[in-house]
Amino acid sequence: MIDPNMFQLVCFYAFAAVTVVAALGVITLRNTVHAVLSLVLTFFSTACIWLLAEAEFLAIALIVVYVGAVMVLFLFVVMMLDIKQEHVREGFIKYLPVGIIVALVMLGEMLALIGVRAMHQAVMGADPATVAGMSNTAWLGNALYTQFLLPFEVAALILTVGVVAAVVLTLRQRTGVRHQQASQQVRVNPRDRVRVVKMAAEVPAAPQPAPGKETTP
Amino acid sequence: MLDQLINQVGLPIVYILCIVLPLVITVALYVWWERKVLGWMHVRMGPNKVGPFGLLQAFADVTKLLIKEVILPTSANRALYYMAPLIALIPALAAWAVIPFNDKLVLANVNAGLLYLLAMTSLGVYGIILAGWASNSRYALLGAMRSAAQVISYELAMGLCLVCVLVLAGSLNLTDIVHAQAGSKGIFDWFMWPLLPVFVIYFISGVAETNRAPFDVAEGESEIVAGFHVEYSGSAFALFFLAEYANMILISFLAPILFMGGWLSPLPASWGIVGQASVLWLFVKVFVFAFMFLWFRASFPRYRYDQIMRLGWKVFIPITIVWVLVAGCMKFFGWVTVGTGG
Repeated sequence: MIDPNMFQLVCFYAFAAVTVVAALGVITLRNTVHAVLSLVLTFFSTACIWLLAEAEFLAIALIVVYVGAVMVLFLFVVMMLDIKQEHVREGFIKYLPVGIIVALVMLGEMLALIGVRAMHQAVMGADPATVAGMSNTAWLGNALYTQFLLPFEVAALILTVGVVAAVVLTLRQRTGVRHQQASQQVRVNPRDRVRVVKMAAEVPAAPQPAPGKETTP
Repeated sequence: MLDQLINQVGLPIVYILCIVLPLVITVALYVWWERKVLGWMHVRMGPNKVGPFGLLQAFADVTKLLIKEVILPTSANRALYYMAPLIALIPALAAWAVIPFNDKLVLANVNAGLLYLLAMTSLGVYGIILAGWASNSRYALLGAMRSAAQVISYELAMGLCLVCVLVLAGSLNLTDIVHAQAGSKGIFDWFMWPLLPVFVIYFISGVAETNRAPFDVAEGESEIVAGFHVEYSGSAFALFFLAEYANMILISFLAPILFMGGWLSPLPASWGIVGQASVLWLFVKVFVFAFMFLWFRASFPRYRYDQIMRLGWKVFIPITIVWVLVAGCMKFFGWVTVGTGG
């Protein structure tokens, strides 16, 4: 008999291992397209881990938003880049000390966080969705749109500002560009463009003479 | 142990095969029907030599494709080149897991079914992009670029259409969505009436998502030869073909399930057997939509690329955003009655 809990644990470690290997691939693979694909795999296996944790909405949203849209555009851009590998590797040694310092600081912070959590022994309560007897998605929707409506709307506004900023940064007024006006094109009256002329059928005046012998030029 | 293996591994595999095998056969027949319909619309005969009415033509084509050699272009990316058709096909088949055929007949009755569908349909574009890039061909890359931009744009409009449906139904579960369209008014309880513009936009976006005419700029034979799969031959090409047609049939299933009451009957229940909800009604509705894919292809010239972008971003997305608000009002003020099903 296979124990379901045991199986879940095995799955977790398998997905976690794939996530870590794929994440390492993102920073080590030489080919940029391969690196992006490895990032896609990282997102995907993270979504699998979230599914194991019964956070189904977050998992699928991660796939829809990041894998399905953001990474597609990312791949789109990376494919168009013409990157010379030598230039990418050039600064590796030069920036290594800075990189190590940043990594060490991050490691220290993470350890501190884990330590704080371990000391406080914060016991996780039961899954609120299960307690309320709702599906994960329904509970999340209720919580977001009632309890946390203001932060949710503020987040949406900040994202919109980000979009506007991105557009403004790249927008430049160019003179002498002739744009098509789709509404005008649609509104065009065929009679302004084409004139259908009625003509009487032309009757040949006389029967064509039979083709004579071919003459050599 | 054996019991567990049979129940948790064996039976699901049998169920999956029960969906996938008929699907593959349907794709073959659908290809035959497409060529036949196109033929009639062009005042031609269509395939009529292989088998009765040319019915075996598609199978003959598949056999031909399977025994042809798969050619790897020079300095193509070998691994990605061979993986791309699979990446296109797997999400196209995986999406079928949550499609309900009637009250009980569904492989996985998932609560977040609609989201799952959105996730799966958005993954298919990777196959196309990777095929275009890995082929090491200019035409293929151009096709992939066009396809990526187009699919992303129309996915937004499609997602907003789905939001309208789930606002009215109050559920992401596809079976519950069909139940929400059941009621005493019969055909007028279907979501296509309160959501008419969204319904139209959904189907058009579906045509664009599957890269079908008149949105087939990703292939665009007259401009970029055959787009992303120009370098593919043999069975690898057959997989792309299968994925595209499986996706078309999927969209043809989703439109009735989301907007036209799925397996519910359009006729009053007192009419005996035709008034009863049945999987046959679903198939009839699916056939109408599947036929419309072919009808579009025979009727409309290909959209120009910038016009596709304009239609997606400047027409469809604003309309659907407004209709999300309208759907919210309908739900809030109780303008539509939503059935709970039985």
